Amino acid sequence: MSELLRIATAGSVDDGKSTLIGRLLHDTKSIFEDQLESIERTSEKRGDEQTDLALLTDGLRAEREQGITIDVAHRYFATPRRKFVIADTPGHIQYTRNMVTGASTANLALLLVDARKGVLEQTRRHALLSSLLRVPHLVLCVNKMDLVDYEEAIYDEIREEFTAFAAKLEITDLGFVPISALGGDNVVERSANMPWFDGQPLLGQLEDVHIASDRNLLDNRLAVQTVIRPMSAEHPDYRGYAGSVVGGIFKQGDEVMVLPSRRVSTINRIDTPNGAVAQAFPPMAVTMLLEDELDVSRGDMLCRPSNQPTASNRFEATICWFDETSSLRTGAPYQLKHTTRWISAEVEALRYRLDVDTLHRDLDVETLEVNDIGRVSLHTTSPLFFDEYRMNRSTGSFILVDPATDLTVAAGMIIGAGSEPAAAVADPAIAANITFHPSHLSREERWQALGAGGATIWMTGLSGSGKSTIATAVEHTLVSSGRPAYMLDGDNLRHGLNAGLGFSEADRAENVRRTGEVAKVLAEAGVVAIASLVSPYQAARDRVRAAHEEAEIPFYEVHVDTPLEECERRDPKGLYEKARSGEITDLTGVGSPYEAPSDPELRIDAGLEDAVRQILALLD
Amino acid sequence: MEETTQVRTAAVELSDLDTLEAESIHVIREVVAEFEHPVMLFSGGKDSVLMLHLARKAFAPAPVPFPIMHVDTGHNFPEVIEFRDRVVAEHGLRLEVASVQELIDSGRIKVGHELESRNRHQTVALLEAIQGGGYDAVFGGGRRDEDKARAKERVLSFRDKFGQWDPKNQRPELWRLYNGRHRKGEHIRVFPISDWTELDVWRYLAREQVDLPPIYFAHEREVVEVEGLLMAVNEFFPLPDGAEVSRVTVRYRTVGDATATGAVRSAAVDYEAVIEETAVSRITERGATRGDDRFSEAAMEDRKKEGYF
Repeated sequence: MSELLRIATAGSVDDGKSTLIGRLLHDTKSIFEDQLESIERTSEKRGDEQTDLALLTDGLRAEREQGITIDVAHRYFATPRRKFVIADTPGHIQYTRNMVTGASTANLALLLVDARKGVLEQTRRHALLSSLLRVPHLVLCVNKMDLVDYEEAIYDEIREEFTAFAAKLEITDLGFVPISALGGDNVVERSANMPWFDGQPLLGQLEDVHIASDRNLLDNRLAVQTVIRPMSAEHPDYRGYAGSVVGGIFKQGDEVMVLPSRRVSTINRIDTPNGAVAQAFPPMAVTMLLEDELDVSRGDMLCRPSNQPTASNRFEATICWFDETSSLRTGAPYQLKHTTRWISAEVEALRYRLDVDTLHRDLDVETLEVNDIGRVSLHTTSPLFFDEYRMNRSTGSFILVDPATDLTVAAGMIIGAGSEPAAAVADPAIAANITFHPSHLSREERWQALGAGGATIWMTGLSGSGKSTIATAVEHTLVSSGRPAYMLDGDNLRHGLNAGLGFSEADRAENVRRTGEVAKVLAEAGVVAIASLVSPYQAARDRVRAAHEEAEIPFYEVHVDTPLEECERRDPKGLYEKARSGEITDLTGVGSPYEAPSDPELRIDAGLEDAVRQILALLD
Repeated sequence: MEETTQVRTAAVELSDLDTLEAESIHVIREVVAEFEHPVMLFSGGKDSVLMLHLARKAFAPAPVPFPIMHVDTGHNFPEVIEFRDRVVAEHGLRLEVASVQELIDSGRIKVGHELESRNRHQTVALLEAIQGGGYDAVFGGGRRDEDKARAKERVLSFRDKFGQWDPKNQRPELWRLYNGRHRKGEHIRVFPISDWTELDVWRYLAREQVDLPPIYFAHEREVVEVEGLLMAVNEFFPLPDGAEVSRVTVRYRTVGDATATGAVRSAAVDYEAVIEETAVSRITERGATRGDDRFSEAAMEDRKKEGYF
């Protein structure tokens, strides 16, 4: 089967890119005689020594006259194995945006260096852009080998230098070939001048590179373009959601979820331009018919209930500024197009500008100008359903349009949802922007399978009060009786989940919040979570309780009410001694207050056995 | 349904033609969803036949949700007009004719003489019809492999209120995120088959067994050779003085104004034979058949800037 491969080419003005493309077209017999005659005439008129194959690709009059390339041009050639589309972009510095444009859809980036000059700044810039745009394959052509006597050492040196540079980028597949575009060496045919080269000629590499796996076939994604409803006598009830599959494999009979409504249905039938199929994958254009009549419209996204894109109206992105007539204005309104949706957006913050030559991040920057690349945080008026660009080039990309001019001013690649520090997540203004992913299994189904429900037992008390001893015993008893239970120990959690948190009031509150969230998740899963934390503040404990109440999960606050004197006498960790000697300052009960629960489910002041029995009684 | 299912379950790969088909349908659906009054140019030529075929597939089983427009120079091959009317009737399409002849008759287009090529005049008729119909998106069958100027054309190409193209001021087109935003009076030209080559078009039409005007296949015709072109002798192309008519088996590679479109010698009577000839052809279809595009290196560029399709 013949496949389609898209190539983005880039190179400096004089490194022979147009000649190479001309050579590929010529040697694959994709140039017609009248085209060749026409450029022969032009070459002759200009007084060129030989026919300039570059003239084949320089399309517009200004380019021919000035000998430059203005814009992205598309070239086509085919071999029996593949059809090739080349997006040919000029290499001058001011045309970063063209390279970005060509690379956005490319399977492979073809970079050229002049063997005499080696790896230039521009080569590095183009490699960086290819990696930024996630072009899956890159081939570096070391051109003009004829001018360095086909010297292997020169090729090796360039190859090594570029390999070292590429290691700093995210380039997964890198190929090399020494060529002379002018003479056709190693372009289509193996070169007799370079017998030392044991790799494939360029065309062979282009034919062989494996592209089928570059697609994301795991995360089912389809953005609805339009709803097809013939309402005709022949098809009175046909209602299909037309769109292109941009991720995963949709199968007939699969469950699908519609975003943003989160309604779930089953795929009844998948229509394609060539009839119904059992499965649809990228880049197929299909029409989905669902079992249930749902309210689905343009801009909605279909996915699996168990595998949804991120939903957020705040996200981080890398953008490339395209517009010559305006620069980025933070806070100004832009129109953002993502998949099949237009949405109002603003750039909330410009985090830095990336110097594409040095990879330096310039933090002290006010705006982005044409051809600048920068990291920004964006805010949209309603949540976007996206994946990271690195996971999916379709659901991770967007353009910005200036509503004043209708021009496409920037292109963006999503890095992820807003990256606020974890503690700030509790901020209701931000929390409101994070949408929950309801799991498809219901809690009842899960708990039923386990034969028992989950709950959280929250043990609070002074250090040394015996919380952990009791918690361990409760955990042991429950598990022995076949009921899933898990102890969350405050000290243990501070080594992992809560590493980095100290003992200030804010950090203690965050410590409690996180532990509470983990307990809730465990309980949701059907486990009895036993949290053993000093948790000295009533307000922090109340928030955990409120979170459980909101999720309708049983929450039992247990105060292990051992008097301070007794705790200090036990002092199992030697903390009280350190506190009294001044070695530590903020031990609860000594240098830091403990707010005893005002209304706990249980207060324990008895021995271990009684305590365990009382706690187990709570669960019954 | 079951048959197709079996064929397709084997692999999760698309062929080059299926990929082109899917990409073109994506573009057509995007434009129909975002624009208020799209229209599709239809000359009866193979590219417009392909485009219409893709549009029908894009919305099946619903009808094509926009009218088609024929820019009629008045210099037509009768077989093509018959074909056009048959297609319109068969698929229940709405046809609008933008007539160059009417503009000439009303004096809005001045012609040197009755039988000069009217390709240039199509631009006037087209722009008037777009304005008159209030169309905001105009589908055209242009392909980037046709000409160097077309190689730099976008899939969605902005036209100002005079219908003009500014090649230096085109909107960047990334991924498949098309920006068709425009103001009243401006419009967007849409080229859904931009990435198809002549050979792709033939291979696909053959695969789909799409009906074409009979002049695309070899037939006998009275022709005269003028500047390397085989011109059919008819009411629009009277025999030049001293020229010799010969009866030759020919076919057309493109369909245009009958005064300016030449035929090529061919024995290809069916798709298979045409594909074989196209695969080995060494001359571009426009170079082989269009007097007007051979005029200069920049002929197409100039006409596109003026608003030609």
